[in-house]
Amino acid sequence: MVFTPRVGVYICHCGINIAATVDVAAVAKFAVGLPGVVVARHYTYMCSDPGQVLIKNDIAELNLNRVVVASCSPLMHEPTFRATVADAGLNPYCYEMANIREQCSWVHPGGPNTTLKAMQLVASAVAKATHLEPLEVRQVPVTPAALVIGGGFAGLQASLDIAEAGFQVTLVERSSQLGGHAAQLYRTFPTLESVVDLLNPVICQVKEHPRIAAMTEAEVIEVGGYVGNFKVKVRRGEEVAELLVGAILVATGYEVFDARRKPELGYGVYPQVITTLDFERLAAEGIQVNGRQPKRVVFIQCVGSRDQSLGNPYCSRVCCMVTAKQARLVRQTLPESEVSVFYIDVRAFGKNFEEFYDLTREEGVIYRRGNPSEIIKRGERVVVRAEDTLLGEPVEVEADLVVLAVGMTPRADTGAVAGLLKLARSADGFFLEAHPKLRPVDTAMAGLFLAGCCQGPKDISETISQARAAASAALIPLMRGQVPVEAATSYVDEELCAGCGQCAQMCAFSALALHPLRGVMTVNPVLCQGCGACAAACPSGAINVHHFTFEQFIAQIDALVDGEFLPMPVSISEDVIVKV
Amino acid sequence: MLQIDSRQFVQEHGLLACIQCGKCTGGCPMAIKTRLNPRSLIYRLLISGNGFDLEGREELWDCTTCATCFSRCPKLVNPMEAVIALRGAFVEKGRVHPNVKTALESTFRHGNPLTMPREDRAAWVGDMVVKSIEQGAEYLYYVGCTPSYDPRVQGVTRAIVSLLQGSGLDFGILGAQENCCGSEVRRLGELGLFEMMVEENQETLKSLGVTRMFTTSPHCFNAFKNDYPKNGFQVQHYTQVMAGLLETRSLSFSKPFEKSVTYHDPCYLGKHNGVFDEPRKVLKGIPGLTLVEMDRSREKSLCCEGGGGRMWLEGTNPGTRLAQMRVKEALETGAQVLATACPFCLLTLEEAVKHLNAEGQMRVMDIAEIALQAL
Repeated sequence: MVFTPRVGVYICHCGINIAATVDVAAVAKFAVGLPGVVVARHYTYMCSDPGQVLIKNDIAELNLNRVVVASCSPLMHEPTFRATVADAGLNPYCYEMANIREQCSWVHPGGPNTTLKAMQLVASAVAKATHLEPLEVRQVPVTPAALVIGGGFAGLQASLDIAEAGFQVTLVERSSQLGGHAAQLYRTFPTLESVVDLLNPVICQVKEHPRIAAMTEAEVIEVGGYVGNFKVKVRRGEEVAELLVGAILVATGYEVFDARRKPELGYGVYPQVITTLDFERLAAEGIQVNGRQPKRVVFIQCVGSRDQSLGNPYCSRVCCMVTAKQARLVRQTLPESEVSVFYIDVRAFGKNFEEFYDLTREEGVIYRRGNPSEIIKRGERVVVRAEDTLLGEPVEVEADLVVLAVGMTPRADTGAVAGLLKLARSADGFFLEAHPKLRPVDTAMAGLFLAGCCQGPKDISETISQARAAASAALIPLMRGQVPVEAATSYVDEELCAGCGQCAQMCAFSALALHPLRGVMTVNPVLCQGCGACAAACPSGAINVHHFTFEQFIAQIDALVDGEFLPMPVSISEDVIVKV
Repeated sequence: MLQIDSRQFVQEHGLLACIQCGKCTGGCPMAIKTRLNPRSLIYRLLISGNGFDLEGREELWDCTTCATCFSRCPKLVNPMEAVIALRGAFVEKGRVHPNVKTALESTFRHGNPLTMPREDRAAWVGDMVVKSIEQGAEYLYYVGCTPSYDPRVQGVTRAIVSLLQGSGLDFGILGAQENCCGSEVRRLGELGLFEMMVEENQETLKSLGVTRMFTTSPHCFNAFKNDYPKNGFQVQHYTQVMAGLLETRSLSFSKPFEKSVTYHDPCYLGKHNGVFDEPRKVLKGIPGLTLVEMDRSREKSLCCEGGGGRMWLEGTNPGTRLAQMRVKEALETGAQVLATACPFCLLTLEEAVKHLNAEGQMRVMDIAEIALQAL
């Protein structure tokens, strides 16, 4: 039986987002004339319930077998409309989207050319729709266990949450102790609580939990598989253990900026110059320098942060409050001391932070605007040389103790871990989340989640929030017990494949392998993410990607470049008239 | 009125990156004693809208171009280059100090800023036999203006020649053909003249087939390395050449130099170009010599106030001289010799020792002079 496309086209106004610049009625009128199109409508909000009902009714009444919605980005509403057509009995892959908002109405002024472009995009989408094929969405079972990499505050909290939900957790920590950097901290901000009192109960719960296996001095050395079924190798001493887990949570933490990279500040040269991390230990043991209580203490902010000369352009986000906390601790412990803080901007953005900063100044901590340029020696003391930018004068402040507010940097092994887990990194070097707003704990790899400072600098409360969010996200596949597998994956035409393996070299997901007997490449459809790199690399055109086949692409392009029905605008002028 | 288009200036110099942290001014050795405030200058340019009046900003001529400001800047802003460019606005209107005018004119006419005759440029050779680069040599020794003409620095030049001839290094000089590198001309804001000199000098070097060269002065070294277009020739400072020769044992010292020595990092060798170790390597290779470091060494070295054209300008506050502060720091180490590797540093520091009546305690020497004594 010959397939006859019966396409329904739906033009969305998106309120006035599209309708104010695109003549939606004209686009609908144009769409009706396209080959294969049975019906075209325009409506205020296609994504609304009545909008979706329009589509469903047409599918039933007009016997549509393909649907095109011209609205926003597929990232926004492709899942919505796929569900709509599936609800009406169509295969979800029989749906195609034309983005006439982000790619048209939002980026062009109103006028005939903008409407013309919307028409072209619709024509292109219709051309593809007539070549679409139904695809099968498969489900694979999920191993009911999780791996958490990193035993800091983030990893501990995430492990607890996943284990409490009833799943087995393996927590792998490289060092000999759990607790991470938090274990080196003395008090918190903005509440001045003991960090040990917060952290130790969590560590104890993790250690005693029947469903958590915490492995210290252990390292993940290999990760294979896919969401729901990761195969992981963990080395501990001489032994290598193999695990099967459904989800992986990465909480590998950060490194403290090495202040020796700022030689002008004399860290590692002058005993009077320490870092905020050094100060935490000092605060616990008693604030002394060379066996004496310091009379004058100077704090310096932004050491290693907001610094493009070092390749750390970002703000480390915690140092302002760490400094305020430590300055207060000095004033409280040594009431005779003179404490000043040199800053560029005080970033007290969190809940109760500004109030904490107010209290810090009320306790006598002097804030001076300007970031010191260098520290030199004078007798028993060191001299901080800076400009007080509010005075507009260079100043020299003699000090017995200088505390450098060192920022957070990505761990030195971030690159290696990224390679192991196929994680992307953002420009600042930390791991990259899937979307900064909508998917902050997910990664581009399904089943892999991020928590804590491995994704960027954070304080303890943000770390805990993110850890719990990542645990919840990881629990979605674990609790559902099965995961859908993307159907738009690549496939090999074995008649054309020579087994050269160039596709496997391009594949970032290890989804292609040489068949040992047939001598051709095969695709693991569960690992394949449908990116198409293999199809582009294949010298003999043997690889295609379902839902993005060469045939479908060519139909789309043909509709754009030589569609007889549609003139391409040759110049931006008023006299371009749409010929329908 | 000396108006500049500040909007364009801010764009060209990337000043919008500035977050007003004050690291430039906090480290600036001139900010302590003059009105020069790089941070505030940038702020004024940023808020000035379309036009900025340079009238009365005499402090722009205080800058020694020591590189502290931009080496400390976390946002990769270069206040020093901004100052040089602003000087250019004065130069364009011909509104410069008579000394500067003389130096610039002399460079144009005689190929040196010292008003010395061009034909006397190789007079320092005296009874020595030095190969001309025209005979072909592996290295060109680019001597420089002050090392060619200044009687005190000529000794350094002769020491370098003796040392390197002893090591068997194949090098030649340009002799009277040598022309000023233009470093100070550029820093005084005369960019047009500088570009002309770059063209002339490149032509000379190209016609002689020079591929490797070394200099006496860190200033010439920096100009050829960073201010000239990248054109395939490799330039080193003479201390780098010597450190290399020591490594291959082509150069070795036999006589002990039984003195404690402190080393002053010249700005154009250290902060500008990161050459901190090679001069120390040469000093440490001398038997009997004890190297003691000042607190402010390497990246923190205090400028001697001789750079950025300041050899021709007293500055707005000649009372407190950085060179004297520096000599005091050197004296604190208890060293008998204050070593350096720059003709300008040598002259300013030596004068400061005289001013402080410290000639009995401390001698200022170039590394080459010390090395020659140990040969």
